[in-house]
Amino acid sequence: MFANLSYKTQRRIIIIAFSLIPVVLLFTFAYLPVFNMFKYSFTNWNGYSKTFDYVGFENYKTIFTNPKYFSVFKVSLYYFGATFVQMGLALYFATILSFNVRFKNFFKGVLFFPYLLNGVAIGFIFLVFFRPDGTLDTLLQVLGLGHLSQGWLLNPNIINISLAGASLWRYMGFNFIIFLGAISSIGKDIYEAADIDGANRWHQFKHIILPSIKRILQLNLILAISGAISAFDIPYIMTGGSNGSNTFVIQTVDVAFKYSKLGLASAMAVVLLIIVILVTLLQRFLIKGDD
Amino acid sequence: MKKGKAIMGLLALTLVLGMLAGCGSKGNNSAANGGTSSAGSSDDGGIKGEITVITQRTDIVDTVFKEYAAEFNKEYPDVKVKFQALSDYEGQITVRMSSDDYGDALLLPTSIPLEDTPQFFEPLGSLEEMSKEYIGLEERTVDGNAYGIPTAINFSGVLYNKKVFEDAGIMTAPRTPEEFLAALKAIKEKGDAIPLYTNYADGWPLTQWESVLTTVAGDVDYVNVTQPNTDDNFTPGQPHYELYKVMYDAVEQGLIEKDPTTTNWEGSKSDLANGKIGAMVVGSWAIEQVQEQAPNPGDIAYMPFPTNAKEIIMPLAADYTLGINKHSKNKEAARAWIDWFIKKSGYPTEIAGGMSPVVGAALPDTLKQFEGTDVKFELQTPAQPGQEGWVDKIDKDAEIGLWQPDFKKRIIEAAVGNRKESFDDIMKELNDAWVKSRAKVTQQ
Repeated sequence: MFANLSYKTQRRIIIIAFSLIPVVLLFTFAYLPVFNMFKYSFTNWNGYSKTFDYVGFENYKTIFTNPKYFSVFKVSLYYFGATFVQMGLALYFATILSFNVRFKNFFKGVLFFPYLLNGVAIGFIFLVFFRPDGTLDTLLQVLGLGHLSQGWLLNPNIINISLAGASLWRYMGFNFIIFLGAISSIGKDIYEAADIDGANRWHQFKHIILPSIKRILQLNLILAISGAISAFDIPYIMTGGSNGSNTFVIQTVDVAFKYSKLGLASAMAVVLLIIVILVTLLQRFLIKGDD
Repeated sequence: MKKGKAIMGLLALTLVLGMLAGCGSKGNNSAANGGTSSAGSSDDGGIKGEITVITQRTDIVDTVFKEYAAEFNKEYPDVKVKFQALSDYEGQITVRMSSDDYGDALLLPTSIPLEDTPQFFEPLGSLEEMSKEYIGLEERTVDGNAYGIPTAINFSGVLYNKKVFEDAGIMTAPRTPEEFLAALKAIKEKGDAIPLYTNYADGWPLTQWESVLTTVAGDVDYVNVTQPNTDDNFTPGQPHYELYKVMYDAVEQGLIEKDPTTTNWEGSKSDLANGKIGAMVVGSWAIEQVQEQAPNPGDIAYMPFPTNAKEIIMPLAADYTLGINKHSKNKEAARAWIDWFIKKSGYPTEIAGGMSPVVGAALPDTLKQFEGTDVKFELQTPAQPGQEGWVDKIDKDAEIGLWQPDFKKRIIEAAVGNRKESFDDIMKELNDAWVKSRAKVTQQ
């Protein structure tokens, strides 16, 4: 019966049949929750009651009039700063490891490994790392830098740098692997030609690698910046947002689950979503002007 | 029981999506099912059926609970009991409760507002009738009906290592905040142990301080009756101020661990047991867990929180309460399990380390030392009619978090010198938030 249909109809049926499941999954687990989140953001729902009231823009008013909800964004600046260090290191390692070096695959594995670890495990590893007389202090003592050791999570001026450092360690592998992929797509003959022309490694990096992976660099930057704005797992596990390390997402989770204000928390999530979209659009716009 | 809450909270995030997705259908047949079903009982009165019991005790669900089920079956051979243990009980059960499928007998999540209880749970009987059998039911009573029976009655105070105190020359348990701080100072000068462990990093142990509020007030009425009717909740001289001043002073004088931001709850239990820690403010449920690890369990003792009040009241409070799912098909069997579990299993005293909620039950050993002293054990007075749940509502609206670690952490941070604000600044801010939200909540 299927064979009697025209080629065009057959093709259409097959396309629909194959895309049905992914589309249903995507809709159920991505769009429906977001749609509901928008709905809840206009209510005073506490998260479990069968009833709730619509309160209009009350929740948004609360967020934008109470400075306490927005002040936490300054913590994001630390993660934003760490983003550039992270991308720099990732690019550095990716470049080095794309040339012929000993134990190349071993180092690739070592660098990518942290990204595979569970965030909770990383949180605990770094708690031990930053503990007084913990790994970091011991290491500093061995290096003769014992005088530098201090309360890494206790000192409010240092805590966010410590946490951003842990975050950097974790996510650098991801940037690294993407850069590595992009770099290895550059043809070998170009390097050979450059070698013949007498270009050294730095010239090769500057004139071959960097221009070739510009797009990927921009993509990583967008991912890293939205990641900085929505930093969550490392600070949540390690400090629970205390001692001045609170981020916007931790605050959203607190509002939803500690204070049972799911409506307000949904509004905060919507605000965050809008901010991330705006930042992404802005970047695309600025980058386009570049070309 | 309460361990690891900090990481469990993380699971909450994973559940956000599920929660948002799962709550789409509301009010399906919640009303239609109310209290008439008796499908589980046969005509001759024998109870049968299959029930699912949901618990938070992941550690003993396959051992102790299995034995309980076997014991239970001797009395009720036709009831099949299955168990489910949730590691993040509060987070997971509240999500499941948006469907009808949340077991038959389960613990009532504390995050559900009191007035919403009847939407989810079956009334167990009138308070008047039930209180002949059990104490601590007021915790979950709505319109005169009790909805949950406590799995144990906990008491709150300070868990300490007697040997550490004696080594520092403190032979009797300190009674007032001044004596307490002096004792901690003596321990610090002796130098072997951390005088007071805050467990700051884990967060939830800090909430244990809130449960001794009654001791500081010296008045069983304070928490539920006086508090919702006062605008002076965090002002000097009031219980909250005095309670957390002890915390602030101890931290400011360096009587706590060196770096509170990297504490470890599991480690602190064995450190207290081994004399590396002098004292911790935790509920009675922790006594057993620490004694288990102590080389000499006799060193681990419990005292009321230091207070300037005339009377020393050690507050009793219900642990998680146990109730029946409103949508359960085997309510009678579930009820039989609940009564058996609380009266005959031995769980409240042996496993939960508290008192039995059964009227007339004997005091546990840890409390016998207080017999004949001026320490009184009393339940808090429940809220006045019409004011039920006010404290919770004001607290949540103001985002104060009486039962959350947040402002306790701020106090410690301020005392260490990490914040520009002083203790009085924090208290003033909390009080302002309290006054504002109290006006809002009491108006409604």
